[in-house]
Amino acid sequence: MYDPTLVAPMREELTRIGVTELTTAEEVDQFMGDKSGTTLVVVNSVCGCAAGSARPGVTLALQQSDAKPTRVATVFAGQDREATERARSYFAEVPPSSPSMALFRDGELVHFVPRHAIEGKDAIGVANDLAAAFGEHCKSE
Amino acid sequence: MGTFHQGKSELHGITVVVDTDGPVVYIGRCDDENEHEVILLDAADHDAESEGSSKDDYIAKAAKFGIWKKHDRISIPRGEVVSIRRLGEISG
Repeated sequence: MYDPTLVAPMREELTRIGVTELTTAEEVDQFMGDKSGTTLVVVNSVCGCAAGSARPGVTLALQQSDAKPTRVATVFAGQDREATERARSYFAEVPPSSPSMALFRDGELVHFVPRHAIEGKDAIGVANDLAAAFGEHCKSE
Repeated sequence: MGTFHQGKSELHGITVVVDTDGPVVYIGRCDDENEHEVILLDAADHDAESEGSSKDDYIAKAAKFGIWKKHDRISIPRGEVVSIRRLGEISG
């Protein structure tokens, strides 16, 4: 596990735009218990190879898309293991990877972005892909 | 902001498909590669002869959602490797 002081800015990249951070299994269950509307779950991670563009990509998509998920939460892989495992149990049919993103509509997984779909993309590329998924599955504001 | 990995190959951290001259294809996160070997982390191997689906079918499925890890680390002899592709550049 990485030093929490190293990880803190990576958490804040998402929490400062209003993403709900879930650090325990109970928090995950409580958050996922509300199945109404659309929910985005971001599995954050330390590795800069992909997470370095994933976090700003999420930020851009949420700031610029007309269509957005009703609620957005994040768990941190390799840091908050219990919360991450519980979050992944809601999309257990998908192999685990981090960073990754899961979009639910009315509690059903409708779109998944695995790590390999993020690798090599810049933040704008990640945001464009995510915005396309929002446009398909989420209501415009 | 992220971590940095100096001294590794340019594919370090990238999920790749390593095809071989035999029936086996490997998919995993490239740790490093050199003239002797390709090292993958969190990897899976698929044997098209014994597992009932072709390499292409396995790769296409992996391109959509990823792979279920079979190995924490695997070293593939360079002499067996015929190609290395980024999984993210393959349509699922």
